[in-house]
Amino acid sequence: MTIDSAAMRSNIVGLALIAPLVIFLAFTFLVPLGRMLVLSVSDTELAAIMPRSVIALASWDGETLPDEEAFAAVAADLAAAREDRTAGTAARRLGYASAEWRTVLSSTARSLPDDASSITNWQDTLVSIEPAWGQAKIWHALAEARGPFTDIHVLTALGMDGGPDSGLYVNVLVRTFVIAISATAICLLLAMPAAYLLSSVSGPLAGLLMLTLLLPLWTSVLVRSTSWLVILQKNGILNQILMALRITNAPLDLIYNRTGVLIALTHVLLPYAVLPLYAAMKSLPKSQMQASRSLGGGPLSGFFRVYLPQVLPGLSAGGLMVFILALGYYITPLLLGGQGDQMLPFYIAYNTLQALNWGLAASLAGGLLIVTVILYLLYVRLVGVERVRV
Amino acid sequence: MMKHTVVAVAALLAAIAPAAARDLTVVSWGGVFQDAQREVYFDPFREETGIPLAEDSWDGGIGVLRTKIEAGDANNWDVVEVEAEEEALGCEEGLFEVIDPALVGGVDQYIEGSVTECGVPANIAAIVAAYDGAVFPEGPQSWADVFDTAKYPGKRAFRSGPKMNLEFALMADGVAPADVYTVLSTPEGVDRAFAKLDSIKDDIVWWTSGNQPMQLLGSGEVAFTTTYNGRVAAANLENSRDFRIMWEGGALNVDSWVILRGSPNKDNAIKLLDFLGRADRQVEWPSKLGYGVGNVEAQAQLPAELAETLPTSPEHLEAGIKIDANFWIRNIDALNERFASWSSQ
Repeated sequence: MTIDSAAMRSNIVGLALIAPLVIFLAFTFLVPLGRMLVLSVSDTELAAIMPRSVIALASWDGETLPDEEAFAAVAADLAAAREDRTAGTAARRLGYASAEWRTVLSSTARSLPDDASSITNWQDTLVSIEPAWGQAKIWHALAEARGPFTDIHVLTALGMDGGPDSGLYVNVLVRTFVIAISATAICLLLAMPAAYLLSSVSGPLAGLLMLTLLLPLWTSVLVRSTSWLVILQKNGILNQILMALRITNAPLDLIYNRTGVLIALTHVLLPYAVLPLYAAMKSLPKSQMQASRSLGGGPLSGFFRVYLPQVLPGLSAGGLMVFILALGYYITPLLLGGQGDQMLPFYIAYNTLQALNWGLAASLAGGLLIVTVILYLLYVRLVGVERVRV
Repeated sequence: MMKHTVVAVAALLAAIAPAAARDLTVVSWGGVFQDAQREVYFDPFREETGIPLAEDSWDGGIGVLRTKIEAGDANNWDVVEVEAEEEALGCEEGLFEVIDPALVGGVDQYIEGSVTECGVPANIAAIVAAYDGAVFPEGPQSWADVFDTAKYPGKRAFRSGPKMNLEFALMADGVAPADVYTVLSTPEGVDRAFAKLDSIKDDIVWWTSGNQPMQLLGSGEVAFTTTYNGRVAAANLENSRDFRIMWEGGALNVDSWVILRGSPNKDNAIKLLDFLGRADRQVEWPSKLGYGVGNVEAQAQLPAELAETLPTSPEHLEAGIKIDANFWIRNIDALNERFASWSSQ
């Protein structure tokens, strides 16, 4: 047996060993991720339910109202959709362009005459049910919704759809980043002394401190967030203590606002900042600070020139981890924030489960993914991936 | 060894594969409400028929039901208690099975007009304002008072969503109860309602699940809350509090039982609906939490002193409004969207 074939064999064995992981990742991560991204631009709902209308509108010039044939096609499609109980789906799709089209379409489907044979002029019939059919706007919306692809969800996510509420999701994205960055900053500020203390003690005390740090990590996020609800509420423990100590006269508003979200988010994410910092500090010999001292450096200059640069990898790893986790937090803002403190994941869940607008949910999730990846790449460029050590 | 592995794998697959023969699952509104339903309806059903009955709870929303149907085989709900416009919308969109009234006791067994193509009446509740009598012995007299944060300092808890907020906001703004839906049907009326809500936006805490209002009121977090009327009596009983109801301008809401489309347990679901509608079951319901019932015979059997505390008593019907399902069928989606956008600003 040659060395080459032995190496090859070990390579194959190696590949075979990681194959389950690769296959697992492909099926549970890459495939769903790809499907989600496709979902954000695919648009097949309306064409499936209103095929006649889509065909009739293909030859429409878009300037004047479409001809009688198109009116008849819409009526026929909606009558069939009412029969199949799919009119609601078509209405929902048309409503993405403007909520009022949704109402027009479903109420038209509801009000169409049962017996269509006597009707000679569909234009008059539809306009008498819903005057909107007499204007070109709804026909444009119909023509644009024919699929198979659409940019409507991406534009809505980017606040470029031109609707009255456009810009909502841009605001939400900015808010998400503001909250995540604030939580990261607070976490790092608190983590520095905590990690330093952890790395400088030894014996049973070190074990105890480590346990107090890890214990919250092993507790469910839901439980921790709910506990904060109890502590921070108007007549909660914290407000009672503050009032007993005469620090404040009236109870402070600590929940259902940004304060509550940041307090709980910081608590939930703190261990992720402390642990990498602790590892970095632990591996730093104490003698280095003494050396800095003996070479004439003051405590501050020693800290900034010797200590900080060496724990920076741990600091940035912790910061990155906290930041990325914070971006995706859902339950903590939901429990402790007001409606104005909900982050992007809340709106992804809302569009997935409540509004059933999966295209928009996918666009929002895609946007969050892209921004996170860009930030990560930027970070790697600035700090260097080899310096991210945990 | 091989055989064991096969058995283990098969067991694993069986565990993760969607259970084809899952139990009949009934979905209601959780908390004390569902506890009471269990006592009056679900446990006796289990006992009498021997049919295994699983339970889940939800907080409403047509979107949730649409998602369940979209999920196909992964849908694990059969019978759901829904609000009026959810029943009508869902029936139209084919989310629910069409029910033959003859199989569930017949149309005549229920209050006129309450049996629909897809639903039978489950519960009659009023959404009202509640306050703590220990804090406000007088209490608010109208929605205008509820919205008056100068006169009654403190936060208010409202149900998250446009329904039963826009109505109350209009009444607070001086619209007569009888005109609420006429005004709300115009774009200006909707703007007016949102403007009124906007005026106290910073003082509103939004609740989603029916359990929350009494917790918020009980902990002193809010001065007033909207709530289903039955939760108030339950909280008083359980924690010996003095929570009170403002019936003025309350909104009457009839919930229905529906069967989700494609339910593999449809036959048992029908049996359950039949059982739930029986007079001997429904007559026990009002005394639990103070909600009304849809069974005519059961209603006739109620003692007079109990009947007059219910949302269906003439006095309370006179003071309140009835939720206009037709208005909400037409507008729920557009207003949901507007509400989500407004509330997040």
